[in-house]
Amino acid sequence: MQDCGSGQVIAEFGLAALWLAAALAVLQLIAGGVALSRRGDALGAVVRPVAIVQGVLALAAFAALVAVFISTDLSVKLVAANSHSAKPLLYKIAGAWGNHEGSMLLWVTIMGLAGGFVAAVERRLPERTMMATLAGQAFVSIGFYVFLLFASNPFTRLAEPAAEGQGLNPLLQDPGLAFHPPTLYVGYVGLSIAFSFAIGALITREVSPAFARAMRPWVLGAWIFLTLGITAGSYWAYYELGWGGWWFWDPVENASLMPWLAATALLHSCGVLAARNALRAWTLMLGVVAFSMSMIGTFLVRSGILTSVHAFAVDPRRGTFILVLLAIYIGGALMLFALRAGSISEGERFAVTSRESGLVFNNVMLSGTLGIVLIGTLYPLLAEAMGMKVSVGPPYFNPFTALFVVPMLLVLMVGPLLRWRLDNFGRVRSGLIIPALILVLSIGIAIVMAPGKMLSIIGLALAPALAFASLLPLRGRRLSRVKLPLWGMVLAHFGVAVSLFGMACDSAFTVEKLVAVRPGEAVRVGPWQVTMKSITPIAGPNWTALEGDLQASYNGTAPSLLRPQSRSFWTPPQQTNESALLTRWNGQLYTVLGDEAADGRWQLRLWWKPFVTMIWLGGVLIALGGLLAMLGHVASDVRRVIARSKIAFRRERQGR
Amino acid sequence: MKRLLLILALFVFAPPLLADDTMPPAAYAYRQLDDPRLEAKARGLMETIRCLTCQSQSIADSDASMAGDMRNQIRERILRGEDPEAIRRWLVERYGDYISYAPQVSPATWPLFAAPLLLLAIAALLLRRRFARSGQSGAVK
Amino acid sequence: MSAAPKIPERAAIRTSRWALWLPLALFAGFIVLVLIGLLRPASHDVASQFVGKPLPEFSLRAAADNRPGLARANMIGGKPRLLNVFASWCAPCAAEAPQLAQLAAAGVEIDGVAIRDHKPELAAFLARYGNPYTRIGADDVSAVQMAIGSSGAPETFIIDAQGVIRYQHIGEIRTEHVPMLLARLQEAGK
Repeated sequence: MQDCGSGQVIAEFGLAALWLAAALAVLQLIAGGVALSRRGDALGAVVRPVAIVQGVLALAAFAALVAVFISTDLSVKLVAANSHSAKPLLYKIAGAWGNHEGSMLLWVTIMGLAGGFVAAVERRLPERTMMATLAGQAFVSIGFYVFLLFASNPFTRLAEPAAEGQGLNPLLQDPGLAFHPPTLYVGYVGLSIAFSFAIGALITREVSPAFARAMRPWVLGAWIFLTLGITAGSYWAYYELGWGGWWFWDPVENASLMPWLAATALLHSCGVLAARNALRAWTLMLGVVAFSMSMIGTFLVRSGILTSVHAFAVDPRRGTFILVLLAIYIGGALMLFALRAGSISEGERFAVTSRESGLVFNNVMLSGTLGIVLIGTLYPLLAEAMGMKVSVGPPYFNPFTALFVVPMLLVLMVGPLLRWRLDNFGRVRSGLIIPALILVLSIGIAIVMAPGKMLSIIGLALAPALAFASLLPLRGRRLSRVKLPLWGMVLAHFGVAVSLFGMACDSAFTVEKLVAVRPGEAVRVGPWQVTMKSITPIAGPNWTALEGDLQASYNGTAPSLLRPQSRSFWTPPQQTNESALLTRWNGQLYTVLGDEAADGRWQLRLWWKPFVTMIWLGGVLIALGGLLAMLGHVASDVRRVIARSKIAFRRERQGR
Repeated sequence: MKRLLLILALFVFAPPLLADDTMPPAAYAYRQLDDPRLEAKARGLMETIRCLTCQSQSIADSDASMAGDMRNQIRERILRGEDPEAIRRWLVERYGDYISYAPQVSPATWPLFAAPLLLLAIAALLLRRRFARSGQSGAVK
Repeated sequence: MSAAPKIPERAAIRTSRWALWLPLALFAGFIVLVLIGLLRPASHDVASQFVGKPLPEFSLRAAADNRPGLARANMIGGKPRLLNVFASWCAPCAAEAPQLAQLAAAGVEIDGVAIRDHKPELAAFLARYGNPYTRIGADDVSAVQMAIGSSGAPETFIIDAQGVIRYQHIGEIRTEHVPMLLARLQEAGK
């Protein structure tokens, strides 16, 4: 208690920053609202600076929280409950957002920073729309500030500092767990910009290609993070869970997939609006829906009402609080949409054979997929309200999402080749002969290689054809002159094909071997010969483990070594299996060491998963495609702004 | 991601420790059937049966001892020539629809199957409206 | 929708009014649903659907040296009895031991099904917490447990004289449950 010096006031500083940020958000809302009226122009000038300072203050509050976690200030309740002085530094830092309060603070910080960033750099929109957008952003932020300050204050002090923290759970000390949630959060909350843009445009009724061009980079940015977050989460679940599954249609996973589906649709409809001034009301609605899905998903996970067996023991007051926020924001936005969208025409027309049509088809099918995921995720809740218990899992999600995704992928082969407004199918027909041939051929091959597995066959047939077709937009162009957004589109669509190929291969060709072996014995799994050399006990900082030395040889080539572990922790007593993976270009060997059987043999779980890594490689390609598209759009916007200011400058010099 | 939730739940709210038995797993809990065709049948069923003692996992992905016993029972029954769907019905008779990840059309679940049809109908309607009108106007122009 | 035919060609591409309100309506439904879920937290117990149905055929070897094994035939006839699913490795099972003893003292016959248990450990458990059981069957692969739709330990079933399962109690029996179980046993005997 002697060192009550400067280090000890960090929590109070953070709390003060949080209060100030909340107050500025209120000011931002009022000033932005007043600026919309004719006389309020003067107040409009403060909105942008206020938004920037609000973001900086939120960041300061978050930095303060990280600081108290780094110094393990045990007089802060949150630190005492979630950290420990003996933790490695990385996990002390990650501990700041690995809990309810901290993650909500991360949420408002990202939201504040995103709003501040928009206020600082966004000059393409009409100022009135901009004011409405920033007011909308502030309006949403206020709710979360209130929630933080009154129902989940991260800086609460304990009356008596704890002697030691309670957060030394070794299972949490995983780099995947440290960085996966913030990545997803940036994606979730980044979509709030699209939400606020949509609100701003609904209020001022100014929907134009310029609006779409302004919104697109923000949507792309959030979407890239979402894509990476989902990809990383899937890989993490794959290697951590020890059973080789990579997607379970678990409510938590669906909660991240739904905003992604909506954002993907939004991205494509933005393209139509930017290029052709069509799909105006639809784009606004997707802008509202995408962030709404983020909020709903986060709520469903946080409130624990969906995870059935042992859910988060969440205080129902908090659950109700968030629900009220959702009702205000989403309900309010949707009502605004219902009132205003009628007066926003859908804009320019187009023919059936046109780029727009392809994108409309894409949007409708993505929305359908979103609908299936939403219904499947919420149905157990609905059944429970009616006094029944049901489970909805892969046997429902797989075929019913395929119902929408497969037609979408078929159209994806053609759509990017079509011209805007009106095209003639005959023009692109010749280019499609090869993909069609590939499709037919691979259907044949798939039926022979994976008989009876309907969805795998479809995936195996579609993937190569789609991979080829996704490159077709580059045909007949000088590659050096192809613009970045086109590269981005091609890469992302190619990534879809790659990922689909990985999924189909995994479900069609995985070889599983569950065996009990003695040291020295060998097992065959697919093309691999796996020999268990020995079992050695080893010790970690807070666990002991039995490590299996496995020698794996691929079709008789020189063997490689794998070391799966069966770990026993003692605080808390818990057993985990650390899988060991061996990656080749054509797949992964997945090994898990189980328990010792009665007769001195050891349980081994082995899988050979051909091309499984393509799933995540595809995900990364998709995100990379998004990045290229974003860079391309931003660069051309910057060029446009520079050109415009040059012209204005010249005019000014000549005119006066 | 599920593990994340599980871990967070364990971590943040520290429920009472779960004791476990010391009994070695049942014969077919971690052993495959020798006939790959039968094993594939069993695997297909196990992947869609919910583990009752763990957090939203199938018994095919779980180390819980009861999940192991269920796998054992399913493999033994398949080996005896029982049909996977008959085994699913047997389990649903005892634990209700909750145990099966593959919802069957029933008075409790029909909306689940009506919804995709409804969505398809809405999708078709949306596309038709847009294309029918715009097709004309595009051609006229 | 009814106004649609009157709208001229130009307006036809606009979305109709009712469709604009559809998202809000769906969202309102969602809020109601979630509110119900929040206000009435669902129980996480998985109830057996076999209540009201006759016990399936089974026969288990003796789990303990001083008690015989358990088969369906042992549970039919006489008066209603309890079937207690338990295990020595399950902490709540130890917690309910006094209540089981109380029930046994009240003249209730209790049959035990020991899940995945070893003889020495079970013997130690019974020596420490008491042995209210008439018979104890060893269910090494949870077969009987699954056959009656039990999803964990401890669980207690009331079996009537005809061998029909009349009631399932999930979780440990606490003091306040004892009179309720006695009443239900009485009712099952009528």
